[in-house]
Amino acid sequence: MPDFQVKKQPKTYDAVIVGSGAGGGMAAYVLSKAGLKVCLLEAGAMYNPQKNVTQLKNPWDSPRRGASTKFRPFGDFDACYWGWEIDGEPYTHVKGTRWDWWRARMLGGRTNHWGRISLRFGPKDFKRKSIDGLGDDWPIGYEDIKPYYDKIDQLIGVFGTNEGLENDPDGIFLPPPKPRLHELFIKKAATNVGVPVIPSRLSILTKKIESTTERNACFYCAQCGRNCSIAKADFSSSNVLIYPAISTGNVDVVANAMAREVLTDANGLATGVSYINKEDMLEYQVTGKVVILAASACESARLMLNSKSQRHPNGLSNSSNVVGKYLHDSTGAGMGGILPQLFGRKRYNEDGVGGMHVYSPWWGDNKKLDFPRGYHIEYWGGMGQPAYGFGWGIEGLNGKYPVNGTKKEAGGYGASLKEDYRYFYGAGVGMAGRGEALALESNYCEIDPAVVDKYGIPVLRFNVKYTDYEIKQAKHMKETFKEIMHAMGAVITWGDNGPEDNYGLEAPGKIIHEAGTVRMGNDPKRSALNKWCQAHECKNLFVVDGGPFVSQADKNITWTILALSMRSSEYIIDEMKKQNL
Amino acid sequence: MDRRKSLKALAVGTISTGVLLDACKLSDKKTEEKKTDSTAGNELNLDRQPEELEKHKEVTSKTFFTGHEMATITILADIIIPKDEISGSASDAKVPEFIEFIVKDMPQHQTPMRGGLRWLDMQCLKRYEKAFKDCDEKQRMEMVDEIAWPDKAKPGMKQGVNFFNLMRNLTATGFYTSPTGVKDIDYKGNTPNQWNGVPEDVLKQYSMAYTEKELKECIKFD
Repeated sequence: MPDFQVKKQPKTYDAVIVGSGAGGGMAAYVLSKAGLKVCLLEAGAMYNPQKNVTQLKNPWDSPRRGASTKFRPFGDFDACYWGWEIDGEPYTHVKGTRWDWWRARMLGGRTNHWGRISLRFGPKDFKRKSIDGLGDDWPIGYEDIKPYYDKIDQLIGVFGTNEGLENDPDGIFLPPPKPRLHELFIKKAATNVGVPVIPSRLSILTKKIESTTERNACFYCAQCGRNCSIAKADFSSSNVLIYPAISTGNVDVVANAMAREVLTDANGLATGVSYINKEDMLEYQVTGKVVILAASACESARLMLNSKSQRHPNGLSNSSNVVGKYLHDSTGAGMGGILPQLFGRKRYNEDGVGGMHVYSPWWGDNKKLDFPRGYHIEYWGGMGQPAYGFGWGIEGLNGKYPVNGTKKEAGGYGASLKEDYRYFYGAGVGMAGRGEALALESNYCEIDPAVVDKYGIPVLRFNVKYTDYEIKQAKHMKETFKEIMHAMGAVITWGDNGPEDNYGLEAPGKIIHEAGTVRMGNDPKRSALNKWCQAHECKNLFVVDGGPFVSQADKNITWTILALSMRSSEYIIDEMKKQNL
Repeated sequence: MDRRKSLKALAVGTISTGVLLDACKLSDKKTEEKKTDSTAGNELNLDRQPEELEKHKEVTSKTFFTGHEMATITILADIIIPKDEISGSASDAKVPEFIEFIVKDMPQHQTPMRGGLRWLDMQCLKRYEKAFKDCDEKQRMEMVDEIAWPDKAKPGMKQGVNFFNLMRNLTATGFYTSPTGVKDIDYKGNTPNQWNGVPEDVLKQYSMAYTEKELKECIKFD
């Protein structure tokens, strides 16, 4: 074990950070580069992408051929440890409600496997109440965050194109990869039915960038979900922020440290964090001049709610009673099928980057629709690496479509069946919407008064329900998908849902974009943080994950978490210089 | 530097009770075990967390199918995926071994597989007074033809059809994720390369072309 994981002597750090995903990683990076001494607590393992490798493995390297387990719900090669259920760490629900809670437990958190979809929020996304009267405006606008998006584009790298779209701002982009064959079909069909298709915006290096010599350009294996151990070409907090931060010598990482409480003094100021070490099951405390929570929107809310003291009887910085409230996820609904024109297609390597090469930003006008917020569409398909599930259900396919010109009976066996698998391979196509849900006070997580986890820490109880707005949005998604599928001559094989199951609207939490639980605002009565992500009632406490979001747009939230975390971190440095912290 | 000692050094407010002392002893043992690197320290050639290795040990320490069942599975798998001019058979690709593993890893497959195999044997016993594996090839194929074609199978054969569908699916998944199967399906990826777009001849085949905007903006390699 390298020495850098822990300190030799007890000391007071400039900052104690809880959580090492996008928000915590960026804070550790910015603060350590500025010379501040940082202690980074991570509830999971000391993952190192250079040692813990699943990239470029073959399907047979997994005895279950890449199928999922509870340890890796996205499949056996996925880089994320844990997910929906963690042994010994339960969460509960108010009856009749649902929230599926994803928890990564590893250095770098879920950024080790995320989709790398790196979208800036647009000017309208910060001012939704002014536009449609629902929810709240942010205390900041696009102009406040734009400089940080610019810096992050250059520091981390993102490909895309400047399209001059009003609410999908231009950025500092690397060149995108060319569309794959099925993406050309999608683009043609979608454009014909009035849905724009533009190059996707993913934080994957198609070229080397100037900010670092440590990272190389993408070599197109399509395996960003396994984290780029070899080239560090995609963004993960571990590869891009934390290990570089550690190399400054200013960061001590404590892995397997499950935070219990934020400690405060008689004046109500944060003094540090208490945690349990999962390896030795002993209790520890670490002290710092500021405490930065980046444990995920729900875990950070849980920590604050569990941090009760005389000065903070309702949980830390929670006289407003908003901590835990306004919890929301992206909406999601998908559809898939086959493109008969791709049957019997020529083989070539079309892996490309890990994810779509094109996508559809929101094009609609919500004033003319029966739901208030938009969504974007993500696409997939083509000749991927075979994995568990390959060939499944051939009996539903090989009787319907002639194989190399011959009409066959469904099912079967033998050499003729082997011909069928070859014929249908690579013809799959699919799409999914990711939309903005309303952030509502009535959707929340709270401390379950009756249940603790195996560490004795009171757990969260969720109470989240979708409204008609989200259901109508999902209906619109499905209608759009059908139009696109029909326009390209695809056969829909799944996802043609109706009102009986809310048009296939995924359960809240399922899209893994939790946000809103510790929201920022100018009014301390209606928000927990100010516009710097600084607690209204505890000036040396900051939250830099998805918690501070007032609303989360129809854009994946990571790029904005990074931008806000960088902005808060620079503010902390500034305030420390002025001796305000 | 010893990781645990240093953690203690970091601690400011350690609670000391008998329970925690015991926990400490236990963790000494655990720390010893944890020293192995998670990729190198296992036979899987794949990054694994300690919990995953434990689960793997547990799954592979048991045997699910009997010798009789495995022999039947092997015969069926090779009927579904026989050797042809392009690739080997299911058993060449160790599909029966994969099926043995996967039903232990995914217990939901256990009853349909065990029950389906017994159903098959009982059918053969009635018809030929022998278990499926002991039938001659003609008898086996007669039986398989009763359950291999979902749309034309007789109503009384539905349970057999479902079993054969599962058997077909497990066999195909096991085969096409093996070295033999990946080569057969001719998957060209999982290797460093430069994506330069859809090959010219393929674009032509589908009457597709990149726009000038795409050609100008996208990354290209000479």
